[in-house]
Amino acid sequence: MRRFVLIAVPYLWLLALFLVPFVIVFKIALSDAALAIPPYMPTMKDGLSAMFSQLDFENFVFLTEDDLYWKAYLSSLRIAFISTVLTLLFGYPIAYAMARAPHEWRATLMMLIILPFWTSFLIRVYAWIGILSTEGLLNRFLFWIGAISEPLTILNTSTAVYIGIVYTYIPFMILPIYAALERLDASLIEAAEDLGCSRMKAFWLITIPLSKGGIVAGCFLVFIPALGEFVIPSLLGGSGTLMIGKVLFEEFFSNRDWPVASAVAVILLLILIVPIILFQRNEQRQQEAEG
Amino acid sequence: MNRLSPFNVISLTFGFAFLYLPMLILVIYSFNKSKLVTVWAGFSTKWYGELLSNDAFLDAAWVTLKVAVISSSIATVLGTMAAYTLVRGGRFFGRTLFSGMIYAPLVMPEVITGLSLLLLFIGVGMDRGVMTIVLAHTTFSMCFVSVVVSSRLATFDRSLEEAALDLGASPFEAFRLITLPIIAPAVVSGWLLAFTLSLDDLVIASFATGPSATTLPMKIWSSVRLGVSPEINALSSILIGLVASGVIIASLISKRHSVRIQQEERAAGRFENN
Repeated sequence: MRRFVLIAVPYLWLLALFLVPFVIVFKIALSDAALAIPPYMPTMKDGLSAMFSQLDFENFVFLTEDDLYWKAYLSSLRIAFISTVLTLLFGYPIAYAMARAPHEWRATLMMLIILPFWTSFLIRVYAWIGILSTEGLLNRFLFWIGAISEPLTILNTSTAVYIGIVYTYIPFMILPIYAALERLDASLIEAAEDLGCSRMKAFWLITIPLSKGGIVAGCFLVFIPALGEFVIPSLLGGSGTLMIGKVLFEEFFSNRDWPVASAVAVILLLILIVPIILFQRNEQRQQEAEG
Repeated sequence: MNRLSPFNVISLTFGFAFLYLPMLILVIYSFNKSKLVTVWAGFSTKWYGELLSNDAFLDAAWVTLKVAVISSSIATVLGTMAAYTLVRGGRFFGRTLFSGMIYAPLVMPEVITGLSLLLLFIGVGMDRGVMTIVLAHTTFSMCFVSVVVSSRLATFDRSLEEAALDLGASPFEAFRLITLPIIAPAVVSGWLLAFTLSLDDLVIASFATGPSATTLPMKIWSSVRLGVSPEINALSSILIGLVASGVIIASLISKRHSVRIQQEERAAGRFENN
């Protein structure tokens, strides 16, 4: 009996507040605009068979016709991809240096990496507005050292979005790579060097392949949330940066077009399923390798 | 391996500067006298004063705190139950679906979670406000709690539980007297994580709420969209200060705790080996 309650309570909670809402999103994505404005429930009260007999792909057709959505999906994919690569390029050397740091520093270094994650995401993104704006600190600094004579426009461009994503997601990249590098057996590198490998070559042939699991995990941990990101493109990207999370939010709150917003969400979900499955495979493979 | 090359030192220095400078600048400029956020005009705490007399911010802070405390507490109970079920529950009907529902919210874009919950709340005709934000926050943060707690449950020595059961404890007593004290640090960090996630959330709360409740992130969001404001800098500095001290205290406590656990486990191991 106790076991039943133990399983049933969280199970029912998630069914009601996670799974059912998704079914509703799918349902609304497949229904007419007229039926899906707040009193959309009548169509659901008619029962399941009625619900599925009225399926309508109009909203998805609409998405393919308006090139705003295509552009938004493609530009989200591009921005998420480029920022993932940048995060890896900046994150790897940090993780590597952390793994080489003396033992007694490591816990502190770890804490310093995790600490920003506990502070408000919104505030961390906001902090960049004052730095990147035309009269911002970065421009004033560059002007002061004489590197530029005219202010650079960084805020409200995709560069600012890249900076924002790298800044907020870099802990997700550093931690799995650090975990992989820390486990790495140093004697393997010594062996390679003894056998005549240059340091650089040993790094490419041993360190990188052995930290591959961490690299892949880190890339997915950055790419997946970056794809649906809303706060960063809205605050730093300006009106010129299209990202699908922003389009969805605006479709919903400004245009109040619920069926289209739901259809946008369904497609975003379908796009995300591929990296999510790949990520889980990678995790499983790593667990098997450990166990 | 424990030798830092100049390149390592440079990457660490730049890495941590990159992580911390923006926040440091925010804190410094919150003490700026000038309304222009990028021009330093002398030290002043007036923005803190204005912040504390701004009722809209205080109301929002109160709503946020209420939501965070309630949702993280429910989430901790549900998440711990879910973790226990996943790690110790054996097989039951729909286990795969259950674990899927635990992991899916972790990677789900917030816009989708928020949208789907809003459609649900409207569908069942629920009045949106504090209550619906609590429901929404509990749902995604219980999954985080469950991941944190199940990783601890998976690593702990099950024979301790079995010993208690052999000695006549009921499963519930064994849980309360043996399991719970051992996983307590994970439960506490799960609660803290849920609490922070709730404090921090903008997107899901914006979808889940109605006109009656505005959370602090929503309030920050609406003023930040108009540009940088010194009041927000002051507010951010307060939040950064709170989080930093909270995390430092928590890590000191957990460090002491893990040292003690290790000592106990070592002592127990020595006893066993004799």
